[in-house]
Amino acid sequence: MTAEPEIVLEARNITKRFPGVVANENVSLTLRRGEVLALLGENGAGKTTLMNILYGLYHQDSGEVLIRGEPVRISGPSDSIKRGIGMVHQHFMLVPVFTVAENIILGDETGNGPFLDLKVARQRIRELSQQYNLDVDPDAYVKDLSVGQQQRVEIIKALYRKADILILDEPTAVLTPQETEELFAIIRSLTARGASIIFISHKLKEVLAIADRIMVLRRGRVVGETTPREATERSLAEMMVGRSVMLEVEKGEAHPGEPVLILDNVTVMDDRGQQVVNGVSFEVHAGEILGIAGVQGNGQTELVEAITGLRPVRSGRVRINGHDVTNASPRRISKTGCAHVPEDRQEDGLVLTYSVADNLVLNTYYAPPFARGVVRDDRAILDHANRLIERYDVRTPSALTLVSALSGGNKQKVIIARELSREGRLLIAAQPTRGIDVGSIEFIHQQIVAERDRGAAVLLVSAELDEIMALSDRIAVMYHGRIVATLPAAGATREELGLLMAGAQPANTIHEPMMDGHPTADVQRRGV
Amino acid sequence: MQITGSIARPSAARIPWMTIAVWGGLAILVLIAYMRSPLATTAVLTSTIRQSTPIILGALAGIMCERSGVINIGIEGMMLITAFLGFLFNVWTGDLLLATAGALLVGAAVGAFHALMSITLKVDQIISGTVINILAVGLTGYFYQQGLTTRGKLAPVSIPVLADIPIIGPVFFNNPPITYASLILIVVIHVLLFRTAWGLRTRAVGEHPAAADTVGIAVNRVRYINVIIGGMLAGLAGAFLTLESVGSFERNMTNGRGFVSLAVMIFGKWTPFGAWGGSLLFGFANALQSQIQFLKSQLPPWLAWIGDLPPQFIGMLPYVLTIAVLAGFVGRARPPAAIGKVYEKE
Repeated sequence: MTAEPEIVLEARNITKRFPGVVANENVSLTLRRGEVLALLGENGAGKTTLMNILYGLYHQDSGEVLIRGEPVRISGPSDSIKRGIGMVHQHFMLVPVFTVAENIILGDETGNGPFLDLKVARQRIRELSQQYNLDVDPDAYVKDLSVGQQQRVEIIKALYRKADILILDEPTAVLTPQETEELFAIIRSLTARGASIIFISHKLKEVLAIADRIMVLRRGRVVGETTPREATERSLAEMMVGRSVMLEVEKGEAHPGEPVLILDNVTVMDDRGQQVVNGVSFEVHAGEILGIAGVQGNGQTELVEAITGLRPVRSGRVRINGHDVTNASPRRISKTGCAHVPEDRQEDGLVLTYSVADNLVLNTYYAPPFARGVVRDDRAILDHANRLIERYDVRTPSALTLVSALSGGNKQKVIIARELSREGRLLIAAQPTRGIDVGSIEFIHQQIVAERDRGAAVLLVSAELDEIMALSDRIAVMYHGRIVATLPAAGATREELGLLMAGAQPANTIHEPMMDGHPTADVQRRGV
Repeated sequence: MQITGSIARPSAARIPWMTIAVWGGLAILVLIAYMRSPLATTAVLTSTIRQSTPIILGALAGIMCERSGVINIGIEGMMLITAFLGFLFNVWTGDLLLATAGALLVGAAVGAFHALMSITLKVDQIISGTVINILAVGLTGYFYQQGLTTRGKLAPVSIPVLADIPIIGPVFFNNPPITYASLILIVVIHVLLFRTAWGLRTRAVGEHPAAADTVGIAVNRVRYINVIIGGMLAGLAGAFLTLESVGSFERNMTNGRGFVSLAVMIFGKWTPFGAWGGSLLFGFANALQSQIQFLKSQLPPWLAWIGDLPPQFIGMLPYVLTIAVLAGFVGRARPPAAIGKVYEKE
């Protein structure tokens, strides 16, 4: 190691305030040619804000940005693109009804005067995909592509604009472990050709695997810089959260009882009328957590909606607690003792313009003690709210505060409080910790395990493989609307699950039938 | 009549059998009708084109706005204001072309007003459009003076040779200027939307403005320009009503055509040619009802009962047809995804 490569991008003392929060405070970073700089931090730590400033979507209140040593004022994305900065956003910036080629050339159209020339564009896209091993069909519609392919389109989009500084914002959030490996290979081939990459993540393992240097942000400030050689998962987690954290969830052995939720050959359609759940059967027993692993968009969302009565079941049967609740109303299903923590807490879990107290009685307001006849009992609703706020550690100024004012983690705690306090026999939790802080994640994980230990059956759906592996007693892998395998969590490995999530045949990877007499892979074969 | 909303894939895959069948069937019907009664058939078809002109212009106005993500239910009002002012310009100047240009300018101004309200001031787009509609009725009604007439109307220009072809000639090649312009504009706007960089950007802004923003497209500027172009198209429709079709102004003379335009735009799935199909349908119904009222006495005996219906019922025909078409035959029309939403960055 002699002379270090030149600095291509430098930020000095960036400060950015939003009403009520300081998103970045005196943040400085340097990026050298050909390196991968990981930016690690929790949701809300200010990573994305910083990147949006570098990309010109936001403007800093103070501080300066230097590109190749030259101070610049980036007035907007077209400016940053001109200076060779490309960004792959966490939520892809692709028009679903356009083709790959149309998306890539958008804003940088080549052609005869005002007319589009897609032939030339296609040619250049093919060259780029060969050069960097990014396989996509320029004529495919983006809405038909998998998430991994869409990400490749985003990367080509940046390369098409000759970007050599690439910002990847949470690029692995939506990928399978195998797709993540492929992405890492792409990143390495990019840096080998002299590109510099800022890799934003909150996943410790990945940061350690891909980064040359790691910078940790907490509450808008840089709290440390390190390298994968010096750091461990534990030390990174502590830097990120500011205290020691438990990476593992403490839980004892499961004592499964009788089946509570039974699905028999359930099929469900999505909004476009496509069958996205294809004959799913499984049982969830009292006192166990069944985790459904799978890449997003493999039918999990629709499956949960169908079980909870939010979407029609096209064929098959759903039974909860011995009641047939196939196509029953959500209220009836809820009354059988089914608690539901929905995937989209803003849309489906809360009424954002209601107070915390009202949100805590969303599914019980009509019955005593919260209603007397047709009239609400405000006293009882408020008392109830104060009890739950205390018990579930919801950080809110008061029970009458609008729920929209709470942080993501506390919003989720409101939902958890509402659903778990009913002490039902079944808990369905979809993406229960998506996008919330580590402290809240720990708390929610403990609550879910406590539900199990109380004897409830828990169906956990999550796109985070780590979460599935940490909490589940059994893991069912969903791929293209089918449960392709069900295995005990105890012996499952990331690699094995990743292969199943990517659609590999379970035959050669499946476990021996479990020892404790608990049905495993045979659940789906039996079709209960 | 599926016109793809995007650049067609190179494969020659789907042949639009339905479209061919429908239009082929219609052509045969027209031929039969022509052989039985050439004069009436030509009259109905010519009138179909004329009647559909303001509708397709209004629909094109809607397409330009809505493809960029701005709902425009103020087309009715835009037509009415421009019809009125175009008429006044003509009364003052005596020059039909100058008056038409004036109507276009007024249309652009009203479009700019709608853009200002809905993009910059972030007023709900439905409300902004409604404001335009109400203002139009009020202002034109208030300032209208009876007895004014234009100095002449835009007259049909017959294109040599082509105008002599039977049926097609008189229908397509013997029209006044704004009618020709509307036919050309259908093609122009189709090409603009689906074959040019501007069209790609417009559609991107209407579908996913954040995506457009991140590649350096000024979302609100694109919207402004498209809404103003939309206003000008509505202005041309207004000019058609007073300067080419009627020759004078009457209170509330748009008579719902702006709203029919919107229906036709949806019917055509936000594509110019699709909307044209819808406009022709509406124009045909309109032409038919006026011919029926003219030729009551000449109806064949088995259709004589139609002549006995109260004229109001026959006058309803185009509107009933619009409702039926919108309710029954549209299928699932998918509007641009970001329609009606204000784009905010921070």
